[in-house]
Amino acid sequence: MIEVQQITKRYGQHTALDRISFSVAKGEVLAFLGPNGAGKTTTMRILTCFMPATEGTARVAGFDCADQPMEVKRQIGYLPETPPVYQELTVTEYLTFVGRLRGLGGKTLTSSMQREIERLGLGTVQQRLIGNLSRGYRQRVGLAQALLHDPPILILDEPTVGLDPKQIIEIRELIKNLAGSHSVILSTHILPEATAVCQRVVIISGGRIVAEDTPEQLSARLRQSEKISLTLKSPAADTGSRLKAVWGVQNVFTSGDSGTYLLECELGRDVREEVARLAVASGWGLLELKAISMTLEDVFLQLTRHEEVLASAEPAGS
Amino acid sequence: MRKSSPQQNRPVASMTPIHAIIAKELRSYFVSPVVYAVGAVFLLVVGLLAYLYVVFAGAQAIQLMQVQGSAQLNLNDLVFRNLFASTRFILLIILPILTMRLFAEERKLRTFEFLLTSPIGINEIVVGKFMGVFLVFLGLLGLTSLMPLMLALFSDFDWYPVLTGYLGLVLLGALFLSVGVLASALTENQIVAAFVSIGLLLVLWLLSGLGSLLGDTAIGQAVSYLSFMEHYDHLVRGLVDTKDLVYFFSALILMLFLSHRVVDSARWK
Repeated sequence: MIEVQQITKRYGQHTALDRISFSVAKGEVLAFLGPNGAGKTTTMRILTCFMPATEGTARVAGFDCADQPMEVKRQIGYLPETPPVYQELTVTEYLTFVGRLRGLGGKTLTSSMQREIERLGLGTVQQRLIGNLSRGYRQRVGLAQALLHDPPILILDEPTVGLDPKQIIEIRELIKNLAGSHSVILSTHILPEATAVCQRVVIISGGRIVAEDTPEQLSARLRQSEKISLTLKSPAADTGSRLKAVWGVQNVFTSGDSGTYLLECELGRDVREEVARLAVASGWGLLELKAISMTLEDVFLQLTRHEEVLASAEPAGS
Repeated sequence: MRKSSPQQNRPVASMTPIHAIIAKELRSYFVSPVVYAVGAVFLLVVGLLAYLYVVFAGAQAIQLMQVQGSAQLNLNDLVFRNLFASTRFILLIILPILTMRLFAEERKLRTFEFLLTSPIGINEIVVGKFMGVFLVFLGLLGLTSLMPLMLALFSDFDWYPVLTGYLGLVLLGALFLSVGVLASALTENQIVAAFVSIGLLLVLWLLSGLGSLLGDTAIGQAVSYLSFMEHYDHLVRGLVDTKDLVYFFSALILMLFLSHRVVDSARWK
C-alpha cells in the first residue's frame, strides 16, 4: 500500500532524510521508532503530501505523492503531532466540518460521526467546545478526525501521547483491530507500544533507517554477543585477564573499583558455570552472576546512539 | 444535537468543501469576540461620522437660510461623499483585524497541516476563507444602510451615487480583505499579519499621492492607476467605469493568487 523509495529531504543545508526506503503491505501495522528530530514527522509529512520530497518517490495506494496528491490525500487518515482541532468548535461541529472537507455528507456523515464518537468514547463531550476539553480528549478527537472517512491508510504521529494508561490500552486495541483491513504507520518513542501493536518496526535515526524488522527479530539480531554481569567482593589484580582467558569470553569490561565486570561472550555459549567455578576457586567472593538479556529498549538506544554497531552486527547476525 | 442537526440533514450536493470552509469561518468569527468588537467600533464610528456630517449640513442650511432666505442642500455632496471618503480610512484600519487570523491562526495552532492534507485544493481554501470574511464584511456594511434609509425618510437626495458609493465600498472592502488574506498567509503571528496588511494598504493609498506628484505623464498615470484612490473616487462620484471595475477585480484576483502561492510555499519550510 505504501512504497517509499530513496526519499531524501533537505532543508537548506540540513539533510532531514537521507535516502529512506521502506514499504508497508496492506493490513500491516508499521511502527516508526526514533529519537526526536530523527525524521519521523518529516517522512509522514511527505507521505501525506504536506511537503514534497527533495528526491525519491513515494507511492501511496498506487498513487504518486508528487503527481496525484488529491488521490493520495483521499486514501489517508492523518493525525499530526498536535491534534489539528479548532478550539472554537464543538466536537460535533468539528467532525461535521472534517467530513464535509472529505466529501462526506448526509446520512453517511451522520453515521460515520456516530461510529467514531462511539469508538473513541466521545459521547459525553460531543456538544462541548474542543477548547474546553483535556489533552486526552483532544487527542481522541484528532483520532476520530483521522478515522472519520474510513481511509484504507492511517498515518498516526504519536497517537497515544497525552492519554491516560487506560486510554492508551484502548487506543492500542483500536489500532490492532484496524490492522488487517487498514495499513497503519505510527510513530512512537514508547517501545512497548511498538512491541504491542506492530508487526514491523523501522528504527530511524539522523534521517536514516538504521534497522527494520519485527520487534522480536530486531532484539535477537542485535544480540551479537551474550552478555553477563558479574559482581565480585574482592577481585584480584589479574581477575580481568583470567576471566578473559575463559573459553568463549570475548571481552571483559570493568567499571572501576566496584567489582562489577561485564563479560561479552560468544553467541550461543553459556560461560556462567565456568566463570562461577573460577571465581569460587580463586576466592574472589562471588556476589552476583547473571545473564543480561537485551530488550527492545537497549536495541533502540544502541542503534540510535551508536549507529555503527548495527553495521558491524549485520554480517554476524545473518 | 443542538446546532449541528439541521446542517447534518442537508443533502450531500449542497455542501462542497468550499462551502464547508465558508461555514466554518463564519462559525469561528461569530464565536470569537473579534467580529463583535470590530463590528461595534465600525458601526459606532460610521454612525458618529454620519451624524456629524448631517449636523454640519444642517448648520450650513441655517446659515444659508439667514443669508438668502432659502436653502437648497445637496446631501449627496455634504453628507454621503464625505462619509464614503472617511469610511475608506475606517475600513483600512478594521478590515486587517478581521483578516489577520485567517491563515496565521491555522499555522499557530497547527491546523494548517490538517487543511493542506485534506483532499481539497489550496485555491478552494484561499477562496473559502476570503468568502467567509467577505460575507462578514457585507453583513457589517449592510447594517450601515440603515443610515441612508433613515435620511431618506426626512430628506430628499439622489440615490444613484449612494448606490455606486456602496458598490465602491464593496469592491474596496474586497480588495482590502484580499490584501489581508495575503498578509495573514505570510506569518503565523496575527499582530504582524494585521500590521503588514495595514502597511501594504497605506502604501497602495499613498501611491496616488506619488502619482499626482509625477503629474500627467505616463508614469504618473500608471502609478495613480495602481492606487485604489481614484477608482474608488469615481464610484463615489457616481461614475461606473469599466476601467475601475477591471482594476478592482484584477487586484482582487492577483492578491488571492499571491496568497495561493504563499500558502503553497509555506509547506516547503
